[in-house]
Amino acid sequence: MKSDRLQRLLSVGLAGTWAVMMGCGGGSSTITPTPPSTPTTPPSSGSNVQSITVNTGPTANYIDGAFTSVTVCVPGSTTSCQTIGGILVDTGSSGLRILSSALTISLPQQTGANGSAIVECLPFVDGITWGPVQTVDLTIAGEEAKSLPIQVIGSSSFPTIPGGCTSNGAPEDDLASLGANGILGVGNFAQDCGSACTESGGSNPGLYYSCPNSGCVVTTEALSNQVPNPVVLFATDNNGVIIELPSVTGAETSVSGSLIFGIGTQSNNGLGSATIYTIDPNIGNFTTVFNNISYGDASFLDSGSNAIYFLDANTTGLPICTDATYWYCPTSTQNLSATNQAFGGGATGSVNFVAGNADTLSANLNNGVANGLTGPNPGSFDWGLPFFFGRKVYTAVEGKNTPGGAGPYWAY
Amino acid sequence: MNSRIISGILVMLALPLTMSASLGGDATSVQMDQAKMQGTLRTTSRDSYTVHEIQASTGVAVKEYVSNAGKVFAVTWQGSFHPDLRQLLGAYFDQFSEAEKAQRTQRRGRGPLLIQQTGLVIQISGHMRSFLGKAYVPQLLPAGVHAEDIR
Repeated sequence: MKSDRLQRLLSVGLAGTWAVMMGCGGGSSTITPTPPSTPTTPPSSGSNVQSITVNTGPTANYIDGAFTSVTVCVPGSTTSCQTIGGILVDTGSSGLRILSSALTISLPQQTGANGSAIVECLPFVDGITWGPVQTVDLTIAGEEAKSLPIQVIGSSSFPTIPGGCTSNGAPEDDLASLGANGILGVGNFAQDCGSACTESGGSNPGLYYSCPNSGCVVTTEALSNQVPNPVVLFATDNNGVIIELPSVTGAETSVSGSLIFGIGTQSNNGLGSATIYTIDPNIGNFTTVFNNISYGDASFLDSGSNAIYFLDANTTGLPICTDATYWYCPTSTQNLSATNQAFGGGATGSVNFVAGNADTLSANLNNGVANGLTGPNPGSFDWGLPFFFGRKVYTAVEGKNTPGGAGPYWAY
Repeated sequence: MNSRIISGILVMLALPLTMSASLGGDATSVQMDQAKMQGTLRTTSRDSYTVHEIQASTGVAVKEYVSNAGKVFAVTWQGSFHPDLRQLLGAYFDQFSEAEKAQRTQRRGRGPLLIQQTGLVIQISGHMRSFLGKAYVPQLLPAGVHAEDIR
């Protein structure tokens, strides 16, 4: 007991030292103050633990988003640094992306073989982010990713978005459209694109562009230059993350939790009794069964989705909200159950969840947290942030070993 | 001279002139899409419509639903990336783009897209490396065909 306590004090002390060290750089500034939180369980501590807060975020309008802060420095510098809050923690993507409008330091630009700037077009489900690939030294909790390629969104240096990029959707290039100062993608994939972007010709999906003065053209991008899940660049604790959030009933102002780096690499990140659900290594999905119908290889856990989005009104019997086609509005809160199954067989486990009236849950704009927020997602289950309430959810990165086997997998 | 090359050249020549439509367009736009996506084509016929399946070179599987009257009334896609939505949605792309922006502003957060307008329904879901999409024009659905038939 005594040594445990000592260790915890030491870890807290170390984290504190980090915060001071990173906070005193010449170029430092904090963009978004984190509002006070009301934790219902003691948060984890340690040099691999970053606090996260579910609240209305930097737009003062978000509901069910997990936000954190990151410290970025010009590579090799300890003075040209900046701590940026209001960064959305997203297990549904990989890579760190920061709004240009949130950055006050100038970062080095990644260039291609011909010396031209590399600029990325990153497709999300509801739009795209466009902007240059630049390099930072990232510090988060006690972890560092040196010379990390990130995407800077909405940079005025590259204002013209190619038609091949906007054909994926509308740009999310400011705070209002992105909903955050940035996105910290800590999903199952090691890079955002993967091998497809290393190929030339028609099979290249067109995520990376080379941008000489004459205009941007799609280019190939080696895996090592792609925007990676920052965790894989950590010296240790680099095989995945855990998101730990308290239980939530109804709607609240905010709750606090932890983003813990590494799986089974420290005394505070073991798998314990968690069940491991392997996922399709190509597309990162598993199977969810609801009312005896199996939605095979189409469902996923995604902290970056702000509700549990599943199936449709006909299948679930839940009415769509009259004023919001993306949410369900049952007249009374429904207790529901589904079963998740590992990809290719193996683990199965039931999940109990609630569907409340989204209009009621989201009516008070000061409430940044709601359990029971659900909406349609025809043909599959998108287990968004409410799934993470009251759980420790493990996201293991592809190709990385853990005490529970190699990633990619989810465990909870 | 190889006739496949000639027809290929003809298709390429025809492209800029008839880039008119996919969703809402006529059956010839299916061939346009196939050419644009450098994809392979498979066709399945049902009672009141035909499904043209295009496997794009990026691996994205696209289905275009063509009524017996020759209109593309629905499209679906599935793959690690999005298809070229400007090409696939044709005349409906701008409407989609506006609706997408509006939904992002209205919803208090991020999530799958569900556009439900009188003349256009679009659903896009998934996450990095796995996207699913479906778009249809309710007014163009052949008699007896329901939204659930489009998958």
